[in-house]
Amino acid sequence: MKDIPLPNDTAFHKQVLAINALLPVLLTVWDFNRNQLGANPVEFVTRASGVMALLFLVLTLLVTPLRRCFGLNMLLKLRRDLGLYSFYYAVAHFMTYAVFDRGLQLSSIAADTWRRPFIAVGMMAFLLMIPLAVTSTNAMIQRLGGKRWALLHRLTYLILVGGVVHYSMIVKSDLRWPLWFGFISLVLLGYRVAEALNRRAKPKGA
Amino acid sequence: MTPEITPESVYRNRRQIIKASILAGTSLATASLFETFAPRRVMDNTGQALITNPEDFIYPKPGADEPANSFTDIASYNNFYEFSTSKSAVAQAAKNFKTDPWKLEIGGMVGKALLLDLAALRTIETVERIYRMRCVEGWSMVIPWIGFPLRELLERVEPTSAAKYVAFQSYHDLQQMPDSDSAGIPLPYVEGLRLDEAMHPLTLLATGLYGKTLPNQNGAPVRLVVPWKYGFKGIKSIVKITLTDQQPPTTWSTANPDEYGFYSNVNPDVPHPRWSQAHEMRIGETFRRPTLMFNGYGDQVASLYTGMDLKEHF
Repeated sequence: MKDIPLPNDTAFHKQVLAINALLPVLLTVWDFNRNQLGANPVEFVTRASGVMALLFLVLTLLVTPLRRCFGLNMLLKLRRDLGLYSFYYAVAHFMTYAVFDRGLQLSSIAADTWRRPFIAVGMMAFLLMIPLAVTSTNAMIQRLGGKRWALLHRLTYLILVGGVVHYSMIVKSDLRWPLWFGFISLVLLGYRVAEALNRRAKPKGA
Repeated sequence: MTPEITPESVYRNRRQIIKASILAGTSLATASLFETFAPRRVMDNTGQALITNPEDFIYPKPGADEPANSFTDIASYNNFYEFSTSKSAVAQAAKNFKTDPWKLEIGGMVGKALLLDLAALRTIETVERIYRMRCVEGWSMVIPWIGFPLRELLERVEPTSAAKYVAFQSYHDLQQMPDSDSAGIPLPYVEGLRLDEAMHPLTLLATGLYGKTLPNQNGAPVRLVVPWKYGFKGIKSIVKITLTDQQPPTTWSTANPDEYGFYSNVNPDVPHPRWSQAHEMRIGETFRRPTLMFNGYGDQVASLYTGMDLKEHF
């Protein structure tokens, strides 16, 4: 029996990630049951799920820079899970809104999206996540071909911008948290731009 | 036992321990991080008991299907930006706020200016008023306030005939409110009412709730309650009341004039630019209920606004 060294034990890394990603859900359910979710549980769940979606999106986009800068190649195998956790939290965020804010009425959701720009931006970001989640399987990567798949998944950048804008549009006056996410996003997107410019500057085959 | 097997099992054992520690350690870190953001709500009403008089003014009490919110709800979910912009964090941040000694100054266009300290404030006879409180953010509560009509205080200072408005100012001090410089709104917090609104018998200066003195997070020692207007008109921890002939500036309408007006009457037909005001989430309920015109106090206050376009004067 051979053991994989811990730094390469992907199954274990995924376990750690899964437990930590789902802990907030468990804690929320537990807190709800013992009446500890605050005076406005719906508002808390809406905020928390939204922030978690954004947080996992940021983590997803951190993988490439961390790999390149620190050689943490093991992170690549976690990227799909990170992205999917972001999507699951976004689904929870959307469902909380759809059920408690809109009474699960499609016409009301559509009208609200049309009327309120911050909902429109959030909705756009959420809808763009769906094709990415659908094409996250190995089979879909193969079917699309690596290049086309990678191109499609660059939508992540747009989703991140949408998420941060959506967040900053709903706060009343204290912009610290949205600005913090905005700053991280700027760094993450800036890294991609710098990398692309770098690649262009280098002659082919070099 | 061969010598190879023992080291192997020890090695595997150690590996299991390391794995378990990583799982436990990261879980603990994640859980505590999450819980620092999660609201906490075990609240006791630790105020001093107030003696209140029986009510002699007939006002519309909330309906039978609108029980008063618990003390915990009222004292753990507060918009008080001087302390924190997170409603569930205000109570903790305001815990050590000093409200004794206190000075409340009433002046401006008055015959007899007045300076009340806490003891003088406490001598004013109080009544209980159970009012709806509708926040501009779209949630609401039912709160059993203790206080006295503002008009009683205004009559004492004898406003001059030139006085048309009443301006209010909150306490502000960076030492006690260190987070207030990131609130994103100009401080000290200021509010205002038209004199006839201020003189309306529903308009209350609250000094307590649930039979005891106000908790800091709810605006101790004295705050304004105008039940037909959005909650932010109810300026907290008041230090100054000024009678004036000019419409006074108000904090939120200064910070964002397109979204918050001087009047800010509860009105389901005038949406906030970013959200509808037609419904509200009553704290303690699961689904939204329709918002009432003037928060249900239309019979008492609609006549204050006859002939005014409430869409324009929102």
